[in-house]
Amino acid sequence: MADLLPQDAHPDAAKLEGMAHADQYSYYMPETYAFRSEKGLTKRVVEQISYQKNEPEWMLKFRLRALEIAEKKGRPKWGPDLSHLNFDEIYFYIRPQDKKGTNSWDDVPEEVRETYRKLGIPEAEQKMLAGVGAQYESEMVYHNLKEEWEKQGVIFLDSDTGLQQYPELFKEHFATVVPPEDNYFAAVNSAVWSGGSFVYVPAGVEIDVPLQAYFLINAQSMGQFERTLIIGEPGSRFHYIEGCTAPTYNSDSFHSGVIEIIVKERANVRYSTIQNWSHNVYNLVTQRAIVQRHGSMGWLDGNLGSKVTMKYPSTYLMGEGAHGEVLSIAFATDGQHQDAGAKVIHAAPNTTSSVVSKSISKGTGRSSYRGLVQIHEGATNARSNVECDALLLDDQAKTDTYPYIEINEKSAHVGHEATVSKLNDEQIFYLQSRGLPEDAAMALIVRGFLDPVAKELPLEYAVELNRLIELEMEGSVG
Amino acid sequence: MSEHSLEIRDLHARIADGEEILKGVDLVVPRGEVHALMGPNGSGKSTLAKVMAGDPQYEVTGGDVLIDGESILEMEPDERARAGLYLAFQYPVEVPGVSIANFLRLALNARREEGDEIGVMEFYTKLQRAVKALDWDESIIERNLHEGFSGGEKKRSEILQLLVLESRYAILDETDSGLDVDALKVVAKGVNAARGPEFGALVITHYQRLLNYIVPDKVHVMAAGRIVKQGPKELAMELDTRGYDWIRVEAGLAPVGDDEHAPRVGA
Ligand SMILES: Nc1ncnc2c1ncn2[C@@H]1O[C@H](COP(=O)(O)OP(=O)(O)OP(=O)(O)O)[C@@H](O)[C@H]1O
Ligand SMILES: [Mg+2]
Repeated sequence: MADLLPQDAHPDAAKLEGMAHADQYSYYMPETYAFRSEKGLTKRVVEQISYQKNEPEWMLKFRLRALEIAEKKGRPKWGPDLSHLNFDEIYFYIRPQDKKGTNSWDDVPEEVRETYRKLGIPEAEQKMLAGVGAQYESEMVYHNLKEEWEKQGVIFLDSDTGLQQYPELFKEHFATVVPPEDNYFAAVNSAVWSGGSFVYVPAGVEIDVPLQAYFLINAQSMGQFERTLIIGEPGSRFHYIEGCTAPTYNSDSFHSGVIEIIVKERANVRYSTIQNWSHNVYNLVTQRAIVQRHGSMGWLDGNLGSKVTMKYPSTYLMGEGAHGEVLSIAFATDGQHQDAGAKVIHAAPNTTSSVVSKSISKGTGRSSYRGLVQIHEGATNARSNVECDALLLDDQAKTDTYPYIEINEKSAHVGHEATVSKLNDEQIFYLQSRGLPEDAAMALIVRGFLDPVAKELPLEYAVELNRLIELEMEGSVG
Repeated sequence: MSEHSLEIRDLHARIADGEEILKGVDLVVPRGEVHALMGPNGSGKSTLAKVMAGDPQYEVTGGDVLIDGESILEMEPDERARAGLYLAFQYPVEVPGVSIANFLRLALNARREEGDEIGVMEFYTKLQRAVKALDWDESIIERNLHEGFSGGEKKRSEILQLLVLESRYAILDETDSGLDVDALKVVAKGVNAARGPEFGALVITHYQRLLNYIVPDKVHVMAAGRIVKQGPKELAMELDTRGYDWIRVEAGLAPVGDDEHAPRVGA
């Protein structure tokens, strides 16, 4: 295996090259890293990754098979323009030398720190986001919680550690929800994945506090190709939340995660994420849940930032009486295309689903809703309701809707409602007449528009979402 | 007088690039007084109210509006509000997803310095007191601004906001229209609660009925974009029985017909 070691794996060589490539955002990467793959997506790179991670043989084989699938499939021919996304310019794997990060807070560019401050992110989290290792109180609180969960048999680890510590459990469920054959970006992720969360909640265990990925990211900075695997055993109930609310500055411009969730009988799982990528990122994510009898899956998906986002959380209702819910927010500002939506497959009787999508477009931004509701034959009395509302902040902004509905069952009921509205001058004047400045009035209207979704978030995340919206709204007043 | 009054001087205004609607309005409401503004449909009452509040769909082509001697025409609508002006709209809009409580807290804080935001307890005490004064159920504060409100509830909300924001000058545009007798009494009670030496109001209405509960110090009559007559509260009663024609004739306007396009008598 020694021949797999790449030339530039020597720490010093990497350090030198890393410095040469430094740009204003590159502080996000540790100054030194133990290993960085060569640019581009090749068999050799995939082998390097697996070798570096010291993975079991089956995972290497899986990665290589996924690479072949990706090469065969090629990129999707529908959806947003991806022609500027050049794989030959991308590092598909970077492993930090020190898991805690070695940067000092003082090295973080002032403009980035300013953004964090504006967001009102607690200092501890600011430092974590900037890759600055620090011990802090919330980590202690979390450790206590974690101990309690562990007593109940809950596993909550980053995926790399999960694979090492629970190889059987991991292998049994991994790629069963999103196989590499599923789509091109899932195949790419399968070949080069790194990081993400591994969550296992045993039968009957209910957790009231949300499991927050933020604490895991601290242990190992989030990869661009994270792979999250969440398993809710029968009768379990929990909420997993990933708040990536600070702009994720990263010199690399490609993020492609895969999230797999298995909701077993009568389990109730919620997955919430608010993402705010820097505006050069292509954000192409596959999120999918399989729901068994009387299980319930809820997605809350907030998409801000990025250059292009393609994200359609999907829910496969496989068992009788299963329920799926998607709440989605997209905010597209200048130069952005948010192509988001939802996919619900009703494959069993008495399954129910609801999709609420709220999009906002501003300037040259464009939001698209792309959704599929599919009702299989035999899914008697399946019910689905889709509501998509678009709000345009000015005359230039764009929105479009691609709702696909396929019904192969007579007794099914599918409702679809779509609205497009423009920021209303009368509303702005009314709020201003009560003393709110124009920008605050506009932000309040937008917040009200998003309220049906935002109120499902835990308070601190809702507050952060509101701050993000206000930041995105800055400069809206003409 | 101008030191303590809401004053309108020879105000001219039109719809942006359209025809003139206000054709030289003169009117003064001294602080401590409540005046009524009456006049036929389409005479320009709501336009006057909205122009004063700074509605961008209208363009002021002449004259001035002053609060306590200071012109407000160069101010944004929110600055006028913070300077002490309040408009209860004839047709309040709905703002989905924004609760009354949340909105009013923001509106109050907009009047205060950053770092000096109103305390949560102080705010809710204030809000609850206003809700009670209007015989309203407390749960109303968690409802979204006018979303699904009945016509009467919207009007009551306008008065609730007035009580919470404690503006110095209020213009109430047909706040009585569409109210049943009980609601009318409640609204009047709210306005009377605000009444005092530091408060002035211009109450736009078509009905003497309201003025039985909110007794005005003076009545102004508007026709064709101008104030054509002023008088004591008895004038409202006279209008109730005699209608507007005699005033129009007095003012040299055609007795009936469209205000806007009516030719001047003798012109
Ligand atoms: N934005 C506008 N666009 C077009 N016409 C307008 C506009 N605003 C006011 N007008 C016209 O100006 C005139 C005065 O309207 P306004 O609403 O001020 O009357 P009003 O006295 O309040 O009537 P009412 O008693 O029926 O409420 C009317 O002829 C109306 O049609
Ligand atoms: Mg009117």
